[in-house]
Amino acid sequence: MARDLSFRVAVLFSFLFLGFINFVCCNNGRRVADALETDFSGLSVPLEHSFELDDTAKFLVRGTLLLKTGREPSVALSQNPLSEEDRVKLKEVAEVDGLYRIRVPRVSLQADRQTEWTVDGYLTAFVRACAMVESHLSDVITLHTDVSGYLIGVSIVTIPGACRGTKVEDEVDLEVFNTTLSIMAPVNAPGPETALFLERMEQETEKKGKNPQEQKSFFAKYWYLILGGAIFLMVSNSAQPPAGGGREQS
Amino acid sequence: MAKLILLLLNWIFLCCNVAAVFEDQVGKFDWRQQYVGKVRFSHFDTQMQSSKKVLLASESNVFAALNTRTGELFWRHVDKTGPEGNIDALLQHGQDAVLVIGNGHFLRSWDISVGGLNWEMVLDSGSFRSACLVGHQGAVKHLAVLKKTVISLHYLSNGHQKWVENLPESETVDFQVVYSGGNGEVYALGVVPNSHLAIVVYSLEDGEITKQVSVEAPWLSSIPASCSVISRGLLTCVDSTTMSFYTLDLHLQLEMTQIPLQTLGLDVDPGFHPSLVSHQPNPAHPPLSEFLLQLGPEHHLLLQHNDGQIVTLRDYKPALLASFATTGEKTVVAVMAPKNKTACSINLFSAETGRRLLETTLIFTVDPNGGKPEKLHVQAFLKKDDSVGYRVMVQTEDHALTFIQQPGRVMWTREEALSDVVTMEMVDLPLTGAQAELEGEFGKKAAIQDGLMSMVMKRLSSQLIMLQAWIAHLWKLFYDARKPRSQVKNDVSIENLSRDEFNLQKMMVMVTASGKLFGIDSKTGNILWKHYLEDIPLNAAFKLMVQRTTAHFPHPPQCTLLIKDKDTGLATLHVFNPIFGRRSQVTPPALPQPILQSLLLPLMDQDYAKVLLLVDDQYKVSAFPSTKNVLQQLQETASSIFFYVADSGQGRLSGYRLRTDLSTEQVWEVVIPTETQKIVSIKGKRSNEHVHSQGRVMGDRSVLYKYLNPNLLAVVTESTDLHQERSFIGILLIDGVTGRIIHEAVQRKARGPVHVVHSENWVVYEYWSTKSRRNEFSVIELYEGMDLYNSTVFSSLDRPHAPQVLQQSYIFPSSISTMEATLTEKGITSRHLLVGLPSGGILSLPKMFLDPRRPEVITEQSREENLIPYAPELIIRTEWFINYNQTVSRVRGIYTAPSGLESTCLVVAYGLDIYHTRVYPSKQFDVLKDDYDYMLISSVLFALFFATMISKRLAEVKLLNRAWR
Repeated sequence: MARDLSFRVAVLFSFLFLGFINFVCCNNGRRVADALETDFSGLSVPLEHSFELDDTAKFLVRGTLLLKTGREPSVALSQNPLSEEDRVKLKEVAEVDGLYRIRVPRVSLQADRQTEWTVDGYLTAFVRACAMVESHLSDVITLHTDVSGYLIGVSIVTIPGACRGTKVEDEVDLEVFNTTLSIMAPVNAPGPETALFLERMEQETEKKGKNPQEQKSFFAKYWYLILGGAIFLMVSNSAQPPAGGGREQS
Repeated sequence: MAKLILLLLNWIFLCCNVAAVFEDQVGKFDWRQQYVGKVRFSHFDTQMQSSKKVLLASESNVFAALNTRTGELFWRHVDKTGPEGNIDALLQHGQDAVLVIGNGHFLRSWDISVGGLNWEMVLDSGSFRSACLVGHQGAVKHLAVLKKTVISLHYLSNGHQKWVENLPESETVDFQVVYSGGNGEVYALGVVPNSHLAIVVYSLEDGEITKQVSVEAPWLSSIPASCSVISRGLLTCVDSTTMSFYTLDLHLQLEMTQIPLQTLGLDVDPGFHPSLVSHQPNPAHPPLSEFLLQLGPEHHLLLQHNDGQIVTLRDYKPALLASFATTGEKTVVAVMAPKNKTACSINLFSAETGRRLLETTLIFTVDPNGGKPEKLHVQAFLKKDDSVGYRVMVQTEDHALTFIQQPGRVMWTREEALSDVVTMEMVDLPLTGAQAELEGEFGKKAAIQDGLMSMVMKRLSSQLIMLQAWIAHLWKLFYDARKPRSQVKNDVSIENLSRDEFNLQKMMVMVTASGKLFGIDSKTGNILWKHYLEDIPLNAAFKLMVQRTTAHFPHPPQCTLLIKDKDTGLATLHVFNPIFGRRSQVTPPALPQPILQSLLLPLMDQDYAKVLLLVDDQYKVSAFPSTKNVLQQLQETASSIFFYVADSGQGRLSGYRLRTDLSTEQVWEVVIPTETQKIVSIKGKRSNEHVHSQGRVMGDRSVLYKYLNPNLLAVVTESTDLHQERSFIGILLIDGVTGRIIHEAVQRKARGPVHVVHSENWVVYEYWSTKSRRNEFSVIELYEGMDLYNSTVFSSLDRPHAPQVLQQSYIFPSSISTMEATLTEKGITSRHLLVGLPSGGILSLPKMFLDPRRPEVITEQSREENLIPYAPELIIRTEWFINYNQTVSRVRGIYTAPSGLESTCLVVAYGLDIYHTRVYPSKQFDVLKDDYDYMLISSVLFALFFATMISKRLAEVKLLNRAWR
């Protein structure tokens, strides 16, 4: 629970600080796709994955990414459940600590009304297959774009991310992907905050101007303390007992 | 406002944790060495017999005067780097030295006695060809500068232009040489390659063309390469294709006279381009009729022109170098001949007769770890008996200058290669002999072989040795204590090198661009060993790695230098012992394939050498050392060895994983389109960095955990569009194992050069803001949040949550040259950034000022946390300069190394100069002060001790007395 909360905090934080990031949650890919088909004019590119026992890359289509181009890009994903065969293979790969890789083609989201894309290389990422299995296919895929809206990287993590060696018995858990998908554009790094600093300084001087108390001199402010101290000193001086006397008694 | 000042004062008191150097500490913990660079021109000050000055103009655009007795600098002028400050020519006359700078853009005259500027003239544009001093009637008052299209004459006294004339037919004729023989005429010699020679004669008085001739010379392509003016205006050329001399009297003849070399019985070495050297001792007089001819790499001749005839005066074979020198009326030729493998002999010959002068032999020992002699600079002088004496300055291929006096005493050596340090490492010194003895005694092998008795004996003997060493040490301390500090000499030689108590003294291994390696004692700056690597390609990239430290006695420490040709990618390895500089017995593997990436793994072989992996362009991996043990370890850990390869040309960053058969597989790929931005630098973290605290304690006593990913890479990109509105800088934080982009930010309206420091959980970068036209610093810090995901171990494969990213920027009032962070043993000490400024200062900037959590509005919590309120400007405070007045010219890099004391970090700044010092970012909390009063504290202790003794005694007596009463 605590972890969940912290994640939410992190998300909130990134919303506050990172500017424009769009999260599109698609727990059930098919439904989202249906809903989007009506008003979605963008780019559809395949999301491919590969998991092989000998760790060679054989990419097969996992789903389709619908990328909305324009100033504020967004993304949706429609994907098919894993077949029986794939589920078995994924579990096998997980047992030998193989990799689960994904790839997306390099495309630009800024191109005007581009519906076709040309293969210009791919962006790849991976997680350990066991993490994929143990998280019951709950993965977080993030697409990163550069300033001009070109896809530059993809990342995949599973939640939880660790491989603890727990067996997943129920085949049903490995059927449907539970994917959280987001697309991230670079954040504008802040410059030096001169305006705010100046404002604050002005406020301070204003405050000082308004508050005449602060204008008073040191003596004017603390005269009573000084007087008190002086009196105390005088009193303590006069009240000192006569020196000597008690020594001889011991 | 007053409050603000108070606030400022407050911070200053808060953060005043840089200890400035006290006056008496100057030079105690630090040293500086100043260099000139590879010498291009040199002139001895021959004006006075007693003068001990040599002028040097270097390829690093430095003009300096050296003391010939000690080799120290009298003065030095450092000009701009690059072609703007390039020194084209150095002319010396009397007390004036005239430099032509920046392809003939400036003319500067320096007073050589004090190094002050006499005058400076800006010349018209046009590429520089040649310059010479012009004398007339025995006095030298002018100098001529020849450019591509114009020739100009200037007064030597004030630089003013006397006249400037266009060169005729300068579109076709390439004028290359200007010459004056002291007869009131200035000759401009030009050539139309493989066609003819053009000679234009100007009158000294008004620049009028008095004569203009064109002479057939179909064999000639470059005048300075094959011709020289000798005698009274006789242009002499040598040509290797026709094997002939060609002479032309500039005053009279219109056609060249051909003299075949065979008629003189001379033969050019095959494939060698012969060259001529003439000598003009005084610009007001014509050159000598004697000249030097080089016919082969080891073949020189002294020839004389006599009544249209060329006569051989002397044949020097073998002779490496030959050079003229003049003193008074006498001109001599110094010739260096190889004697044996390790020595060369230099002899003087009379230039007029070619006869050898008696008792002028000088032996020059060739350093086996140095380069071959390249240039001979001779300083001749007249002895009391009117015979000629001389000293020579030999310049070798490794940019070293050696000054030698007869009969072979080396007066000084300057290693000018150190003006161009490329990379360096600091290596711990080995244990002393006694300590090593003790180590050896308890070695495993010894215990098995020997019995009990012999072990006891060994023990006793080693204890005895240690006792002896200790007594010797005490004696030395006692002996030195009686002498004033300045007289105590710390002679460090390679034999008595040993680690000190706090490991403050280390061996600095420096790699220079010329291919010469140096081992320098960090305490004194003495060069303890040097090693010149020949056949280093011109554009080599170097990477120095410490494979085995000194900690593994009896195995010697081992460093590996990877030398890679940037064009072909082919690499070689040089394996050596960093303490002695000797090449190691281990034979490095041959690398036939271009190398893409090298990585030093934390794995060690059975001899404690770290494993170096080299990835070639077929993505095959080879290991060095590649013993069975290593290969087995690699197989076991292959699945956890990841590496990345960056191709900035294609903007491609790809990650690979090692397979058990030492092949690799690509696991991730990030491609940054090169149309909009290009990768300029990638910075990982230093492998020897320790982070002591995992988090930061906040004002409310909760902990904010740092995101300490050791695999994090900071990738900096610059936009290809340099327009000031559209240019930007991109910062990508990428996990090097998974390829996950942790953070991506752009700094808009910014431009490079970007300097980056990446350490702990932060990245600091500096850039030029094109919008505000100023330098700005920006800091990114990464935090995991209030609780850690996995506090025991960090794995890039298992960190699903992205870290929180905080960023803040500041204005910096100066541009910077380089930047590095301090490094300490355990990472407890606070960090500082060491910033090298173009002004030559090295600033120690507390990281505390670059903290994105600096609040804009001060709250109770931020005060609790000791955060400094945000101010947009970082102020440079003068006490932050760690090098006080020891300016370090052209800082290119700063190297930091931890010492054995947690508080102390060793710093080396290198560029044209080398500067070493220690810094204490959190003050010297673990060291007593330098002026700690041991006497006082011990006397107080003793006094207290005795006081207690006495009072105890008194109390006893009193008690006894009372008992008796």
